[in-house]
Amino acid sequence: METYTLIVLLLAATIRVAAPLLLAALAGMFSERSGIIDLGLEGKMLGAAFAAAAVSAVSGSAWLGLAAGIVTSVALALLIGYACITHRGNQVVAGMAVTIMVAGLGPTLGLAWFGLGGQTPQLDGPGQRFTAIVWPWAKTAREAPFPGLLYAELLSGHNLLVYFAAALVPFSAWVLYRTRFGLRLRAVGENPQAVDTAGISVTALRYQAVIISGVLCGVAGTYLSVAASSGFVRDMTAGKGYLALAALIFGKWRPVPTLGACLLFAFTDALATRLQGVALPGVGVIPVQFILALPYVLTVLLLAGFVGQAKPPKAIGSPYGDK
Amino acid sequence: MSAPTKLPRWAELGLLPLLNLAAALVLSGLIVRIMGENPWTACKLLVTGALGSQEAIGYTLYYATNFIFTGLAVAVAYQAGLFNIGAEGQAYIGGLGTGLVCLWLGHWPFWAVLPLAVLAGAGAGAGWAFIPAWLQARRGSHIVITTIMFNFIAAALMTYLLVNVLIKPGQQSPETREFAAGATMPAVHELLAKVGIEFAATPFNLSFGLALVAAGLVWLFLWRTRWGYALRVAGENPTAAVYAGISPSRVTIGAMLLSGVLAGGLGLNELMGAQHRLLLDFPSGAGFVGIAVALMGRNHPVGIFGAAVLFGALAQGGSQLSFDLPKLNRDMVVVIQGLVILFCGALENVFRTPLAALWRRKEPGER
Repeated sequence: METYTLIVLLLAATIRVAAPLLLAALAGMFSERSGIIDLGLEGKMLGAAFAAAAVSAVSGSAWLGLAAGIVTSVALALLIGYACITHRGNQVVAGMAVTIMVAGLGPTLGLAWFGLGGQTPQLDGPGQRFTAIVWPWAKTAREAPFPGLLYAELLSGHNLLVYFAAALVPFSAWVLYRTRFGLRLRAVGENPQAVDTAGISVTALRYQAVIISGVLCGVAGTYLSVAASSGFVRDMTAGKGYLALAALIFGKWRPVPTLGACLLFAFTDALATRLQGVALPGVGVIPVQFILALPYVLTVLLLAGFVGQAKPPKAIGSPYGDK
Repeated sequence: MSAPTKLPRWAELGLLPLLNLAAALVLSGLIVRIMGENPWTACKLLVTGALGSQEAIGYTLYYATNFIFTGLAVAVAYQAGLFNIGAEGQAYIGGLGTGLVCLWLGHWPFWAVLPLAVLAGAGAGAGWAFIPAWLQARRGSHIVITTIMFNFIAAALMTYLLVNVLIKPGQQSPETREFAAGATMPAVHELLAKVGIEFAATPFNLSFGLALVAAGLVWLFLWRTRWGYALRVAGENPTAAVYAGISPSRVTIGAMLLSGVLAGGLGLNELMGAQHRLLLDFPSGAGFVGIAVALMGRNHPVGIFGAAVLFGALAQGGSQLSFDLPKLNRDMVVVIQGLVILFCGALENVFRTPLAALWRRKEPGER
């Protein structure tokens, strides 16, 4: 019984860790499927996390915070788009530049505006955060371990953005595989010449993809500062953008497998937290660092073709059009 | 169709980087302005903080030493057409090699420790770069992604080693014991004192000289040897390289090994020169600054030297900034770094295209 409760709690933690990863990974999916490498995921998330927390702290509304997060992230995405699509700049460099710039900009603006050493004020007022939504009868259901506890911990008790992230998986799959836009998006990432020949603007499509990535990263960043914690702290993305990128690759640039990768990576994270300093019978203490490094090792193995094979969109990384 | 019109060499190597740098600095000034401080005051403080005293200059050059090593590391890979984002991890693991030699053999005389420490740092850095290189060359795994992953794996490995294995017994913070005297890189102020010149005590040390030697060797290698030629051909045009009998996969592995060797140099300055022990996260972002340095320095040793000193000055001046202007902190320097990467790297065509158009108009009839 004890183990059962532990496992359920572990899975609940997995869901909470997976949500922002999933949002960022799907953001990256739209961008990369259009042929634009999205190394700016980390930066866009971090920028959104700061903007959301700052605006929520000042205005007292989590929703305004979300809006600010999205606007900031889209602005950064457009900057990347301007450099890479309009000016044919190097996509890797653009993403790195935005990430580094934002890593400095958040704490700098935070200090100038709030004087709290680069943080934003604690969000503790009503409506300043996206808090857990408790589903009906969750409290009563908890009494019955199965399936009540599952219902109370896994389905109920998450914030709105988690449900949004979950709903986004089937929605993006539908957009990508069942709509005209999705078809064009996939085509422009594989063979932009063909799309151009068909009379469709490569530039417009790629800008649209980059903007979608901005919106989703905005939600992911807001999740970090306004839902999962109460305020922005320095470097709060802590590599989640790159982990999301790894999940996207691990999911082979497809929505449902990407969800699986996010859940797997989030599970290793939750497990590492849980196993910190715990001696397992027969094994002893497993160093947390090894568990935390697992997603990166797995992704490298996948990229090497040792476990399955990941084929990126063909035209990824190359600018299109003559100048 | 593809490449914009060629600019004269002096414009390509001098004017364009300066224009890009100027744009980045103007934008940084604007941000300072928005924050409610005077950009001019901030600029003056930055310059005096970085170059205004012996101590300031010493610190500036100490930071610059790290950036020369990582900048060269990024540049060598870039010349071979590879984007090495993993200099951070390679410097971290390279430093492990250097640090272990210093811990074990620190009681030896310095002249005996130094070559071993250099070799160990180079070997460990190259070893860490080898895996992504091999994966790129033989299995086609995208080196940008694998080197990013290897940065995280390096960080996890080093945290494990420092927390569980190398930590000095009986202390809380994950650091090794201090190196013995033989593993201490002589500081410049000590060397100058021997010839009777007084200089403020700073961590500025002999590794600066080693970094300059490395820069010279990189230049010799890239532009005066057959291997360097092969590397640049493969970077410029892999197809042509194949027809010229150059194996791109061998170039990939060779360039990345060299890149790792150079990144491994960071430990000489940071560990033997300044910290005198192994500790968590000692590269502290120098691997990423190396990208900015290489981009700004146009992947040429001379340019890299200049860019590294500039970024060293920013790093040192930035800490001065935070003392005197309460509304600014060191993070402002990170913003400037990001903007420099943006303008020198991603947005370089913004200025190149109009400049090229200007040149075309100057020389009518010739295209």
